[in-house]
Amino acid sequence: MSVDLATVKRVAHLARIAVPEADLPKLQGELNAILGFVEQLNEVDVEGVEPLTSVTPMAMKQRQDVVTDGEIAARIVANAPAADDDYFMVPKVIE
Amino acid sequence: MTDLTRLTLTEARDGLKAKSFSATELTQAHIAAVEKAKALNAYVLETPEHALKQAAASDAKLAKGEAGPLEGLPLGIKDLFATEGVRTTACSKILGNFVPPYESTVSGQLWRDGAVMLGKLNNDEFAMGSSNETSAFGNVVNPWRRTGSETPLVPGGSSGGSAAAVAADLCLAATATDTGGSIRQPAAFTGTVGIKPTYGRCSRWGIVAFASSLDQAGPIGKSVRDCAVMLRSMAGHDPKDTTCVDAAVPDYETAVGRSVKGMKIGIPREYRLDGLNAEIDALWQQGIDWLKAAGAEIVEISLPHTRYALPAYYIVAPAEASSNLARYDGVRYGLREPGKDIVEMYEKTRAAGFGTEVKRRIMIGTYVLSAGYYDAYYVRAQKVRTLIKRDFDEAYAAGIDAVLTPATPSAAFGIGEKGSADPVEMYLNDIFTVTVNMAGLPGLAVPAGLDSQGLPLGLQLIGRPFDEETLFALGEVIEQAAGRFPVSGRWWG
Repeated sequence: MSVDLATVKRVAHLARIAVPEADLPKLQGELNAILGFVEQLNEVDVEGVEPLTSVTPMAMKQRQDVVTDGEIAARIVANAPAADDDYFMVPKVIE
Repeated sequence: MTDLTRLTLTEARDGLKAKSFSATELTQAHIAAVEKAKALNAYVLETPEHALKQAAASDAKLAKGEAGPLEGLPLGIKDLFATEGVRTTACSKILGNFVPPYESTVSGQLWRDGAVMLGKLNNDEFAMGSSNETSAFGNVVNPWRRTGSETPLVPGGSSGGSAAAVAADLCLAATATDTGGSIRQPAAFTGTVGIKPTYGRCSRWGIVAFASSLDQAGPIGKSVRDCAVMLRSMAGHDPKDTTCVDAAVPDYETAVGRSVKGMKIGIPREYRLDGLNAEIDALWQQGIDWLKAAGAEIVEISLPHTRYALPAYYIVAPAEASSNLARYDGVRYGLREPGKDIVEMYEKTRAAGFGTEVKRRIMIGTYVLSAGYYDAYYVRAQKVRTLIKRDFDEAYAAGIDAVLTPATPSAAFGIGEKGSADPVEMYLNDIFTVTVNMAGLPGLAVPAGLDSQGLPLGLQLIGRPFDEETLFALGEVIEQAAGRFPVSGRWWG
């Protein structure tokens, strides 16, 4: 399978990465090289094989559903590019 | 006084215990070495004051006889590990000046055991790379050079800073992480020892995530024994990572020097690639001979799905990366580029913050997970992964104790030499290491010889799940036979 320019553009938008028009063809070539490389997986007979979900057979541990941490709002927003009164600030979302 | 930076971690530990020198002296010697080695670009942040404070505390503990297992030993920390109050960037512009308000579990356990932090080490951006050429802080230079040449070589990646710093005596040992070979390949390129433990052996909490089902922390050190001591402190159960196993951590050092007599060592025929470098092939045979001489039994085995590990990896790893890296959106931390609305802000921030290789992998991951392609790519790759793991399960069920392979398909190459036209050329570096991550197994890289150009080459030992001890025992046999591989001339200063 290979991707066309429109698909590269769509994927870039899905990934929320701005790609200038001029860079699309190069990116398309690189993505197609990688997709061409992984194509060989189609040779493998995977009929009846379960997809691997965990390399170590282990049961997920459960814990009490209680608060174990918190009251640290100032530390949480300390690295934010824009914060005010323990809130993250973002551009206007709703008109 | 002898040059304290030339000691191994365990020699330094024994020297401190014998009061031959102090933790402060040991730390000062390393700080001076780091200052002189800027040309290698191994450190992205030096923390000498922090180190001297820790060293003074260690000297007090040593005097009182309360020393921890790593008391007073100066280490370097890969910049993927969150360190409380100390800038952590994963060597990406998108994290900017992120200062974690918390400590990763693994690094926290090192400080618990008395270790000293010299600073943060360079790596490929978000650990995506095999040559340390994708770091936002620039390339790391391998302390090794070809005989009679000044061509700068890559140290391997992604833990290139860790491997270069250990090889150049800029720390006694370093933390590293391995998603597809990022501990073992740089160790092989620099004549150092590195172990990727079994998935679940070390906590991933507080380590910047790349591909969560593959990522594992481990040490790079100057000797097999040093790695055994480091891993004992790094490993262990952590309730904050549900994939981290709740099992006792053995004293790995006791496995170093243990007899390997009667062990069955598998030699997988699928690793004899067409066109395999003759020197690598000869080194592999040498490794077989050493283990045989130590009493191990050599058995040819088959791991038929080996060749599919790398293509499956280049679906699974980018898919998980695209999900993990969705968090870098310019809202909670790191870089923000203004936009006219929130979507434009996201798109511009991520365009400016991520480097070329990271963007490529996010794009591949987004594509293979997108509607209509998920089954054809991601689910198929995870099924192939089941088959890769089954190959190893069957070999171990047949009585194989460990598998011996080359660590890399070549010695260190020149900066800028690979991958500029086709990203897949760079990916092929991980061809021998990536199967181990796909199957969640432990893998140790140990230097075993020099090539005709004077560069180190490594062998890889692959073990049963949670049987790192066997790898340390076998690795020590190779180290005893081959010797250690310190860099001879300190051309960098």
